[in-house]
Amino acid sequence: MSMLPDSHGRFGPYGGRYVPETLMPALLELEAEYLKAKKDRRFQVNLAYYLKQYVGRPTSLYRADRLTKKLGGAKIYLKREDLCHTGAHKINNAIGQVLLALRMKKRRIIAETGAGQHGVATATAAAMFGLECEVYMGTEDMQRQALNVFRMRLLGAKVTGVDAGSRTLKDAISEAMRDWTTNVRTTHYILGSVLGAHPYPMMIRDFQAIIGKEARKQILAAEGKLPNYLVACVGGGSNSIGLFYAFLRDPKVKMVGVEAGGSGIVSGKHAARFSGGKPGVLQGTMTYLLQDENGQINLTHSVSAGLDYAAVGPEHSLYHDQGRIEYTYATDTEAMTAFDLLACEEGIIPALESAHAIAHVIKLAPKLKKSQVIIANLSGRGDKDVQQVARMRGVEL
Amino acid sequence: MSRRLETTFQRLRDKKEKALIAYLMAGDPGLAETEQLVVALEQAGADVIELGVPFSDPIADGPVIQQAAERALKSGTTLRKILASVTSLRKRTNIPIVLMLYYNSIHAMGCDQFCKAASTAGVDGLIVPDMPPDEAGPLKGPADAAGLPLIFLLAPTSTPSRRKLVARESHGFVYYVSLTGITGSKLSNVGDVQDNVKKLRKVSTAPVAVGFGVATPEDAARVSKVADGVIVGSAIVKRIASHQQDPKMIGNVAEFVRSLKSAMATG
Repeated sequence: MSMLPDSHGRFGPYGGRYVPETLMPALLELEAEYLKAKKDRRFQVNLAYYLKQYVGRPTSLYRADRLTKKLGGAKIYLKREDLCHTGAHKINNAIGQVLLALRMKKRRIIAETGAGQHGVATATAAAMFGLECEVYMGTEDMQRQALNVFRMRLLGAKVTGVDAGSRTLKDAISEAMRDWTTNVRTTHYILGSVLGAHPYPMMIRDFQAIIGKEARKQILAAEGKLPNYLVACVGGGSNSIGLFYAFLRDPKVKMVGVEAGGSGIVSGKHAARFSGGKPGVLQGTMTYLLQDENGQINLTHSVSAGLDYAAVGPEHSLYHDQGRIEYTYATDTEAMTAFDLLACEEGIIPALESAHAIAHVIKLAPKLKKSQVIIANLSGRGDKDVQQVARMRGVEL
Repeated sequence: MSRRLETTFQRLRDKKEKALIAYLMAGDPGLAETEQLVVALEQAGADVIELGVPFSDPIADGPVIQQAAERALKSGTTLRKILASVTSLRKRTNIPIVLMLYYNSIHAMGCDQFCKAASTAGVDGLIVPDMPPDEAGPLKGPADAAGLPLIFLLAPTSTPSRRKLVARESHGFVYYVSLTGITGSKLSNVGDVQDNVKKLRKVSTAPVAVGFGVATPEDAARVSKVADGVIVGSAIVKRIASHQQDPKMIGNVAEFVRSLKSAMATG
């Protein structure tokens, strides 16, 4: 499995490089540079330094005793990516890619963002290295995640609203790709998830794989055995592949990716690509998409901006077809219940994205034995969502 | 297999003329208007029609064509209906029609079925802006079998090895993208275009058409000096957009196309 993707950026039938010719040379250059950096000890030492001293890694693997007791089944551990600097796993990738941009002598950084966590992480890394940064964000998401918009601006980034299509993550990616097409000679595009054209899905997976590498060591130290289940939410799929990757060759470790069920699959208002989609090509990659019979991309819905996207990372599509990873979904309501439960039982306010993973743990844990172990990826913290949740509950802050 | 594209470039070469390739977003404002526009633009001097198929997420297009796609989708335009329009147009005109469409539209119908349907309808070539030659494998066989040339894009950023690849894989003509950017951007340097077209001619015998950023009769005249064809898209679509409710829309757009062609002849 570590051989994937192949040299064409393919994970089985998925992946590839479906981009305008203008971007092809940049993608080929990026791939070559990344493969060099991957083997370059100095690059890796440098990356490890920033991850430790700046991001705060390793993040803890926390045994959630009260949640475990409350659910009355499997022992639950939380991988605390919410404790990373800037509040989510996104910084792991942002630091890696900024270091790559510096190698390629690109002084301008662009990014897209949905929930704002990737935008904040990119703005942060760009600020630390003194690079110019512009972040594209759907205007609908800017409203939902106003706090993160302000954070990015505090960090010196320019935030540009995208008022096209569904005005969410998908439209922000298209606009970032257009900017990159125009400014490709001076600009590096830091994509935030395992999406887009090769080498992005591979490279971002590699930068996020540290989550699972740490978790594997930590659980072996704590329990003396591998976990029975890994659970993570799947938007584009970077936190989930980050946790899962180090365990793919352990056949006894079951993995569950939780998509956004929105108002339910029947309602059509959701972002559950594996429950409601089929393969196609969007924004550079062949993967499962929510689309109509003519191949037009459907509008998606989720309470969580970070999961509100019509496509999923191509590597996930392969593992879905192979049955290696199980994909399910949690609805908005289930995610909100999980959000409250984690806050009150463990004193942790999760990001609404991560609350989808917890929502599945609520369903799964009671069915398992007390001797069994679940690791859930707490991919981000919920500070950014507090305003939105207050608004949903009619509370004025 | 249709030879309309080949014949057109040959006829123009014999007359020492350059091809004016006019882009229309199919279904903007409706398919009936698109059909009327094709006929009117041919009479006004367009040599080839590039018919855009609206897609919800057009990553290679600027705002003008994005908004045209939104209008076309709103008017209920689908790829199947566009092919039906081409079929009906073939009773009235022999102008070469190439489709410009994103790969997912083809993939949703299936490469085989799409190529057969497009060829039967009377389509003369395919431009797929998000499908570089590297990814064309699954489409190539069915397109060849249906006699549909795949027209690839070459960009200012393309390296010599990619120039060779595009030259080898592109049929009908090579679409040279005049600028590093998206459709509807401002044309900057015709000198660079000329240099790149010269390099391309060393590795390709196919006609070279230049597009992206050609907005005025003056632009068209300058670009026609260095290429075999000039592609005008956003500037035409913008006129359609600003005359949506105007009964004189078709006449107005035809007049603009006439001015492009006459600038190419005299400039």
